[in-house]
Amino acid sequence: MYRILRQIAKTGIVTEPPRRTDENLRQIEQRLGDVVLRRFGRSLAIRHVDAGSCNGCELEIHAMNSPYCNPERLGIRFVASPRHADLLLVTGPVSRNMEVALRRTYDATPDPKLVVAIGDCGCSGGVFGESYASCGRVSNVIPVDVAVPGCPPDPAAILQGVLTAISARAR
Amino acid sequence: MRFEPLAIEAQPLSGALPAFQAAVAAAELRAACERAQAGGARLIALWGSDETERGAGFAAHLALAFSEGLLWLSAALDRERPRLPDLADLYPAAGRMQRAARDLLGIEIDGGDRRKWLRHGAWPADEHPLRKDFDATRRPPLEADAYPFVRVEGEGVHEIPVGPVHAGTIEPGHFRFSIVGEKILRLEERLGYKHKGIEKRFESLPLAEGARLAGRVSGDSTVAYAWAWAMALEGACGAEPPPRALVLRAILLELERIANHLGDLGYLGNDVALAFGFSQFWRLKEDLLRLNARLFGHRYLMDTVLPGGVARDLDRAGAEHLVARLAALRDEVATLRGIYDEHAGAQDRFIMTGQVPRELAARMGLTGFAGRASGLPHDLRADYPMPPWEQLEVRVAAHARGDVAARASVRFDELLESIRLIETLAGRLPRGETLAPLPPCPGGRRGVGWIEGWRGDVLIALDTADGGCAHRVHPHDPSWRNWPLLERAVMGNIVPDFPLINKSFNLSYSGQDL
Repeated sequence: MYRILRQIAKTGIVTEPPRRTDENLRQIEQRLGDVVLRRFGRSLAIRHVDAGSCNGCELEIHAMNSPYCNPERLGIRFVASPRHADLLLVTGPVSRNMEVALRRTYDATPDPKLVVAIGDCGCSGGVFGESYASCGRVSNVIPVDVAVPGCPPDPAAILQGVLTAISARAR
Repeated sequence: MRFEPLAIEAQPLSGALPAFQAAVAAAELRAACERAQAGGARLIALWGSDETERGAGFAAHLALAFSEGLLWLSAALDRERPRLPDLADLYPAAGRMQRAARDLLGIEIDGGDRRKWLRHGAWPADEHPLRKDFDATRRPPLEADAYPFVRVEGEGVHEIPVGPVHAGTIEPGHFRFSIVGEKILRLEERLGYKHKGIEKRFESLPLAEGARLAGRVSGDSTVAYAWAWAMALEGACGAEPPPRALVLRAILLELERIANHLGDLGYLGNDVALAFGFSQFWRLKEDLLRLNARLFGHRYLMDTVLPGGVARDLDRAGAEHLVARLAALRDEVATLRGIYDEHAGAQDRFIMTGQVPRELAARMGLTGFAGRASGLPHDLRADYPMPPWEQLEVRVAAHARGDVAARASVRFDELLESIRLIETLAGRLPRGETLAPLPPCPGGRRGVGWIEGWRGDVLIALDTADGGCAHRVHPHDPSWRNWPLLERAVMGNIVPDFPLINKSFNLSYSGQDL
């Protein structure tokens, strides 16, 4: 126990401030009213859905939960079921073998809800494109509020996308 | 030349890797595999191809590992009714590979498990995407996806279906647990959810664009795949990369190994409620990813290995900085290893959990660090020491118990060995070019790339077509051979230990689903 405490004290706090929101990432008009956004802003539950990625974006979502990015300090946490979620974080080109599962996950997420597509594949189909096995971009299957490009986007960019999704559109 | 272990004629494939190709008649394929298995050869991969555009029928291909090197063994199959003898009794890992070949090419299997594997509902049973006359841009209507799981019966037995969307941030797949109380009687995996047509995609791309796709077969192993692709293409072209590029590739590959082991060691702590371990290891991993981005331009080193060499050079100041940072990492990891080793709660969960005994591992073909944790000493870096490994004397990590604790211990050992290797490599960077352009590659050439990635050996088999394109590309992830062992490792364990056992292997879905 002493060694654990010593290591924690030695490490200190490494958390860095998040990036500002970026309206360029927004795909459609903000669907949520100000009241809802104020509540989301204080406590946001995310359900991640890998719809067919190479697993690269998952590495960066894991990295987003590292102490450097630490989204929990902002009230953002990952939950185990879409039924507990406010926001779906979707990676990958949507493989046709995941098409039904993604739709069902979206339907199982209670309204009001938001979708953030992660990575070049989620934004455009990426290197895999559209084919007999791939539906391409996430918005070909479910509505997408915010899309974050990158192969893969780094943790700060993913967090920025999430924060943009729950911010009011600049008027 | 004569390939003595199988007493057949074979031709060497060009490149530094000791690799050979040979052909047998379909009727003799099973006998050849019996001889190979009796002689201790390991099955690395099995795949099929459509040769009708070349005036033939179909073909089955096996990659087999002998102490002499890798043998690419092909058998021509009938054009109208391609059939393959069941090989799963000799090589259990062949079972799912045969089923995938049936889904993708319509090669029937004589006997054994004949359920679909990569096909769900995206194309009908009588169509086969890897046949040359299949239009990849067409999307057949989605069909209902019925799959007959094996039912376990008896008093008190019930099933837990999990996935494809899992509870954590993890790739999709379906696990069907049959349990009594909280004890797992049987686990059946159903994969293929991430099938996104990678092999067909390779055939539509110029060879020059293949590296980018190869580096995204399984994103956590991008260096291993990109190097395997480069090695395959260089072999097919008869080109050799500059010596400096080979040393840089080895540094990149070891950085990939370190990053993945750091992340998984953090999760192994997390999964036994030692959140401290997660925070510490993911801090160290993030530091390393940022160092990667600074030195090589990408956090995960994507697109840094190119056919003909590497995309980025490492100057002397960069090399010194890298070595200094890794020395600091070694001290940090040593501290954390001490804490993990002495943490009674963690060790209680790790020891004797998810055990794969050596005999079972050898019979089923467990590979990579998981195989080494079960007493199988295979490591391509030591078994076939090509440049730049030939002077490094890679110390192969080993453990005998095959449980979560053994896999954690081997990961620690390999991480520290990778630091040692990078220190040596960075001090021996030869002068010269880092990228030599490849000559145009004619059609009908073969090349193989085989690289010891962090998870295990990654294989890419390439057969070129005219016009700078690929006739057939088969990228093969070590997860094909390890997934069936996860089913065995969890037997008799409790359901709450499944995430821990799963993470201790951390197998690829994308690499298997293709």
